[in-house]
Amino acid sequence: MEELANLMHGFGVALQPFNIGVMVLGIVLGVLIGVLPGLGGANGIAILLPLTFSMPPTSAIIMLSCIYWGALFGGAITSILFNIPGEPWSVATTFDGHPMAQQGKAGEALTAAFTSSFVGALFAVIMITLVAPLVAKFALQFGPAEKFAVFFLAFCSFIGMGKEPPFKTLVSMMIGFALAAVGLDSVTGQLRLTFGFTEMLTGFDFLIAVIGLFGIGEILLTMEEGLAFKGKAAGINPRVVWETWKTLPRFWMTSLRSCIIGCWMGISPAGATPASFMSYGIAKRASKNGANFGKGEIEGVVAPETAAHAAGTSALLPMLSLGVPGSPTAAVLLGGLLIWGLQPGPLLFVEQKEFVWGLIASMYLGNLVGLIIVLTMVPFFAAILRIPFSIIAPIILVVCAIGAYTVHNSTFDVVLMLVFGVIGYILKKCNYPLAPMVLAIVLGDKAEEAFRQSLLGSQGSLGIFVSNGLVGSIMFLGLVALLWPVIADGWTKLRTRTAA
Amino acid sequence: MSEASQGTGRGPSHRYVEVGVAIATALFAIIVMIGSLQVGITWGVEGPRAGFFPFYVGLFILISSGFNLYAGFTEYSPSKLFAEWGQLRSVMSVVIPTTVYVLAMPYVGIYLSSFVLIALFMKWLGRYPWGLTLSIAICVPLLTYFMFEKWFLVPLPKGPIEDMLGL
Repeated sequence: MEELANLMHGFGVALQPFNIGVMVLGIVLGVLIGVLPGLGGANGIAILLPLTFSMPPTSAIIMLSCIYWGALFGGAITSILFNIPGEPWSVATTFDGHPMAQQGKAGEALTAAFTSSFVGALFAVIMITLVAPLVAKFALQFGPAEKFAVFFLAFCSFIGMGKEPPFKTLVSMMIGFALAAVGLDSVTGQLRLTFGFTEMLTGFDFLIAVIGLFGIGEILLTMEEGLAFKGKAAGINPRVVWETWKTLPRFWMTSLRSCIIGCWMGISPAGATPASFMSYGIAKRASKNGANFGKGEIEGVVAPETAAHAAGTSALLPMLSLGVPGSPTAAVLLGGLLIWGLQPGPLLFVEQKEFVWGLIASMYLGNLVGLIIVLTMVPFFAAILRIPFSIIAPIILVVCAIGAYTVHNSTFDVVLMLVFGVIGYILKKCNYPLAPMVLAIVLGDKAEEAFRQSLLGSQGSLGIFVSNGLVGSIMFLGLVALLWPVIADGWTKLRTRTAA
Repeated sequence: MSEASQGTGRGPSHRYVEVGVAIATALFAIIVMIGSLQVGITWGVEGPRAGFFPFYVGLFILISSGFNLYAGFTEYSPSKLFAEWGQLRSVMSVVIPTTVYVLAMPYVGIYLSSFVLIALFMKWLGRYPWGLTLSIAICVPLLTYFMFEKWFLVPLPKGPIEDMLGL
């Protein structure tokens, strides 16, 4: 029960007045980021990261992770009231959430969404509390080959599980690796791929890429669509909340199933978006009201929101215990760890107990605080969405520029941000996924280092990656994830043939 | 968004953008591979040399670009639009002022350039009255100044105006 004692100590850390303060600030900023077009979890945190440089790491991670929870909550507001998914994983929430709002039941839909988010997150945090220390303990024995195998598994899951064409995912990911390689080679200390440009000596910072690809790219997409926000009024009051809460326990089965789907998908880097769709689809098939899904069924809000939040939260499990982030936002948080001078990975649980358990405790508290804040402040956040885009857009551009500048105090980074933004817009329109690129920029150096160290150990033989049961099975899992569409296809064919 | 671009309007074909992106990624791959060759992709005394890993990364991009190029020709009908010209004009109306904004920033500082950007946007795209435009265009940089330079002690780029004011 050492973990329980650690967790209690973590609560002690998280409950310090300063940390409570940054928690509330983080949640409010997060919801704001979640509802504003062009700002999402990943780039919002990237922009605000420089503000935390002077904070103690524990307070900094509490603030940033709370921004993340806030952004997850915020996505539901835009989906339900405006039919605009603030984040990709809120798309499934629009299916039933927006029809409910059109029928004048926005309050019920929002309450159901927030409460389900909370339940999903709570389930995932409990899972993290129980599982993360074990995974970390296990991962402490990993050598370079095993480390590379974990990276391999993570990146293969992107290709196999993503909904984009596999070769586009591969291109996007490999561009990330190539950008990560620019600059000083960490193994030999040699300069590479700089082509004599002094600006490229330090390489590409992933924060700049995140702000450009997600922030500027998103604004350009919004401009193209010429969005006029036509929102429904958010009538939410304690009576509506109470009435909705009374109906929610009926959907415990849907909730539980969505929690499990969310946690499962969140740990594998396929992430929250497929989790929310899958959960919605299964709920639709399993529910006796399944035929009404899409017309404003409350269960159709519960299922995707629970799964998305569970997935978003459990994406932090591999980040904390293995140093492999499960989502772009987790990748930005991981980048934060490096900047604050912490080494992500299993050693974190041994060397930085206060940090890890403070963060885990803050996940419990942050989600509770988040639930209260969103339930009470929905009309305020909805009002922000009604501000016309021609006012919001330049302000977001300015905020992105400031965020990009403050990373290294360099105006060249701001130019780079715009370049990434235009590239992000074109790639997004051509159905190239951006998340693998960001993850590859963050993890590129580490994956390369693990790969080269393994090869050094084996004198260049690739056999090292199947040299023992552990590394072999992780690599095998990676291949299964990579070829998953083919395997699933073959399995269905086989089954129909035997049935016929 | 793909539904929106299948309207009756005119614009660049999605197929050609798709093909263009595939060619661009292939060119990028070749640059990466050349850069890797320059630093060596073989084994040295210290194990795999600096270009070893990026070379194969480049190779992967090159091969995948080939598949994407093929898919661009086969999977997209030439009649499907990437976007209508009008939509692209809206996109450019953000890209061009922002380009000027980021290029001017090192010379005039972030505050003045932000003021101009916000004012331009609100007046030109939003057609707001001068009062509202100016108040927001002045308040945002002012708020930024206090938040970053005063509370969080993060310096932002400044230009001649800030020097004149002695900030």
